[in-house]
Amino acid sequence: MSKQYEFKASILPYLLVLPQMVIVFVFFFWPAGQAVLQSFYLQDPFGGKMIFVGFQNYSKLLADPDYWQSFSVSTAFAVCITLGAMAISLFLAIQANKKIRFASFYKTMLIWPYAVSTLVAGVIWLFMFNPNVGVIAYVLKHTFHVDWQYLLNFNQAFLLLTLAATWKQLAYNFVFFLAGLQSVPATLIEAAEIDGAKSGTRFWKIIFPLLSPTTFYLLVMNLVYGFFETFPIVHSITQGAPGKSTAILVYKVWRDGVINLDLGSSAAQSVILMLLVIMLTVFQFRFIERRVTY
Amino acid sequence: MKRVILLMAVLLMAVGAYAQTTVEFWHAMTGHNGEMVQAICDQFNASQKDYKVVPVYKGSYSDTMNAGIAAYRAGQPPAIIQVYEVGTATMMAAKNAVKPVYQLMAENNMKWDSSIYIPTIKSYYSTSDGRMLSMPFNSSTAVMYYNKDAFRKAGLDPEKPPVTWPEFFEVAKKLKASGMEGGFTTNWISWIQLENFSAWHNLPFGTRSNGFDGLDTQLVFNSPIHVRHFQNIYDLSKTGVFIYGGRENKANPLFTSGRVGMHFESIGGYGNMKATCKFDFGVARLPYYPDVPGAPQNSIIGGASLWVFNGKSKAEYKTVAEFFNFISQPETQALWHKETGYLPITQAAYELTKSQGYYEKNPGLEVAIKQLLNKAPTANSMGIRFGNFNIIREIEDQTWEEILAGKISVKDGLDKMVREGNKTLREFEKLYK
Amino acid sequence: MTEQQKIDRTAHRAKAIRRMFPHIMLWIGIVIILFPIYFIFSASSHTSAEIQAAPMPLNIGPHLIENYRQALFKGTQNMGTPVLTMLKNSLIMALGISVGKIVISLMAAFAIVFFKFPLRNFCFWSIFITLMLPVEVRIMPTYKVVADLGLLNTYAGLILPMIVSATAVFLFRQFFMSIPREIAEASQIDGATPMQFFRYILAPMTRTPIAAMFVIQFIYGWNQYLWPLLITTKPEFYTLLIGINRMMSGADVQIEWQIAMATTLLAMLPPVIVVVLMQKQFIAGMTETEK
Repeated sequence: MSKQYEFKASILPYLLVLPQMVIVFVFFFWPAGQAVLQSFYLQDPFGGKMIFVGFQNYSKLLADPDYWQSFSVSTAFAVCITLGAMAISLFLAIQANKKIRFASFYKTMLIWPYAVSTLVAGVIWLFMFNPNVGVIAYVLKHTFHVDWQYLLNFNQAFLLLTLAATWKQLAYNFVFFLAGLQSVPATLIEAAEIDGAKSGTRFWKIIFPLLSPTTFYLLVMNLVYGFFETFPIVHSITQGAPGKSTAILVYKVWRDGVINLDLGSSAAQSVILMLLVIMLTVFQFRFIERRVTY
Repeated sequence: MKRVILLMAVLLMAVGAYAQTTVEFWHAMTGHNGEMVQAICDQFNASQKDYKVVPVYKGSYSDTMNAGIAAYRAGQPPAIIQVYEVGTATMMAAKNAVKPVYQLMAENNMKWDSSIYIPTIKSYYSTSDGRMLSMPFNSSTAVMYYNKDAFRKAGLDPEKPPVTWPEFFEVAKKLKASGMEGGFTTNWISWIQLENFSAWHNLPFGTRSNGFDGLDTQLVFNSPIHVRHFQNIYDLSKTGVFIYGGRENKANPLFTSGRVGMHFESIGGYGNMKATCKFDFGVARLPYYPDVPGAPQNSIIGGASLWVFNGKSKAEYKTVAEFFNFISQPETQALWHKETGYLPITQAAYELTKSQGYYEKNPGLEVAIKQLLNKAPTANSMGIRFGNFNIIREIEDQTWEEILAGKISVKDGLDKMVREGNKTLREFEKLYK
Repeated sequence: MTEQQKIDRTAHRAKAIRRMFPHIMLWIGIVIILFPIYFIFSASSHTSAEIQAAPMPLNIGPHLIENYRQALFKGTQNMGTPVLTMLKNSLIMALGISVGKIVISLMAAFAIVFFKFPLRNFCFWSIFITLMLPVEVRIMPTYKVVADLGLLNTYAGLILPMIVSATAVFLFRQFFMSIPREIAEASQIDGATPMQFFRYILAPMTRTPIAAMFVIQFIYGWNQYLWPLLITTKPEFYTLLIGINRMMSGADVQIEWQIAMATTLLAMLPPVIVVVLMQKQFIAGMTETEK
């Protein structure tokens, strides 16, 4: 980067970054600062009383087995979604990238659900599997005699959430994998074919390494999605039930802050999550940056 | 000519609108109840031209309350906000944020007498020395709904719903044996099976008159009778006689689709039941254990009341006071009561509805009122007032699920609810001491 | 049949299976994705009572048109805001977020990649740190800030906090860095100002990534849920997803599932159209930036 050509201007670059910087400071650093501040206080919801409690909000959280339970469920949830969604999407992307008839039709059919929001995904799956009204729940119960009551059965609840969240993420991953596959030079694939390499070997030896930037990017994005963006799914399907076993971290932040009005604890949780995401971001950045400068 | 008059009328209305004071009223009423809120505001707005109340639907009760709190902190609260019963203690503790209703009425020289309200309803929203802090609005109480067609099919008398819990459980088993998927379900596990259960059996739910006498209150709903009740339900869940339908009012479809024969739900859900049940259903009092002395006592209310935020202008407060006066009128209340199924908040509205012969056609609604007025309320049945009550209910919901899932025994579960609940009470006390 | 013929036939069959394999797999994928959608479509054609009478019928019921008409022009009983109004709000929000974000991100990325200035690293890191930070984790304090600025119930309040995240800056930066610097140098030698370079050379080159970014941000904006839920207190500012939430919550009543489902489907249409129409640029843009 050092030897690259760069414009020299004194004010212009500042003017250019100004809007983005203003937005970042007003809508990120300012609120984040407030969150840090609030995390040291016990506060009444109306903002009338604030009692400084030091690190009590943090120590209470870290000593709370529920918090660690929430932590491990979130991790398991994120990992399952990531693995499931990436494997299925990669497989479908490979199929759709082959020179077959109707390929563009298939692509369109698999890409458009990218537009489906997480909330809608949650609502749809709730609607299918709800033990009181859901049609699939009915079939499970009456045709397969499964004791389907995910509100009381953690495994069922976890499975349902994972399915819904994975379903929603398929198209996203598909798009990126497809883009990745399309940027693999066709000559490389052909060359491998001429060499007579079996399709499996060909894929893992030649194509997959070329896809690794995409894969890595998706790995991080899927983890972030699984950890943080699945809130609407949990919110609409289980609301943390059974007990609070499926209350993932961001659901807990929201629940404690917005519903239970425990602002101090919610702020402390926000701070922890922010640190977590920032760490993930820096980690990813390091990886990408290394690739780019090579 | 006609057109000119019309035009003038429009102009006059526009001028009128200009001088009007408008206040916002945030509420959580949906469906037909939401329409009735709109209708009552429309009536009020049409009844005079100085004041205007604009109802705004803000989502669920907790959405509404949170939006209100957030807006207060942001300096833009509505004048009136509907807050559910679990938020009562939080609103009461927020002394700087709210304007007490008795004060509002006095400042605006309203001819207003708080003794017109039904005692159990009034006491729920008053200080222990009887000053009313918020305006009762939609009050309900828990009742039993039962499927008369299913009773007939099971060879039971549809006009004789079970009166005691032992009878109730027998009936539930018979209903299941008659081919139903299950015998019964319930909504609102905390409100119905713990809070109302306690009041109905004249048992304390918490110390210090269920929290009315101070913040240093303790939950005590793990008595042997409570444990026995939950054990009974739990045992029936094992045989499928009790079916769990989810938190809050999520169990409704189990009853309305005819899969279970009996159900516990707010009387406020009466209109909805009428709209969705394709079968003949009845409303009955809550069952009780006959060996508990004093049972049945009286049930307590749920629902919501209207709170007034601080920091509004004189004209806005005048508007609110006029509106509160308007909704307390017997005619308004009777209409609200008949249309929504919520209880009338004044004695006069009850008498009026009765004199109109309404209960002969809708006996279900009177069941609820009579249950509420069954006996003069005791310290155990005035109501409940606990800080962070939302969190306590959540703990109860969660632990109940753990009990049903077999993760924890009934006794240990109730002990855990009490223990964890008391922890949150101590935090609330610390903050507001 | 000779042995040879048998072998031929097996080989032939194996080949046919191999040829059919991707089709079968893709169809399975499509069915998995489509079935739930069909399901809500079916639900949107029945009455609420039919939906709640387990099991719900899975055919297309007779109330399709009536339900959609109600959703489009009336809303539900509790949620009197019709889809058309919310559609407008969702569009304004999604376009505001996508266009706003693209504009400010292009400028910022341009400055960071093509200029050398003392605070460059500081700017880069301040922006970059927000790359993946979902608004959910800092929602309460952000609300306070927006309220302090008087932006509740405004489109600005809906849009501005949503254009914080650095994804666009980051992707444009990646793309700009892959452009040979000789081009910039040459334009400078030709006497073009940096802004002219930006306007006439860089921007046209970036067309595909911009298109891809537009798709991503449009979807992101359209699907915002928690934020509008908190800051829109007036029905005239409700977006479609808020409408769905409002239809499905509330005290002491049953949900009008059929209208909620119709609204859900209607809410999916505009972003789906955007994705389908811009599919080519979308993928191409991803290919170019993801180098």
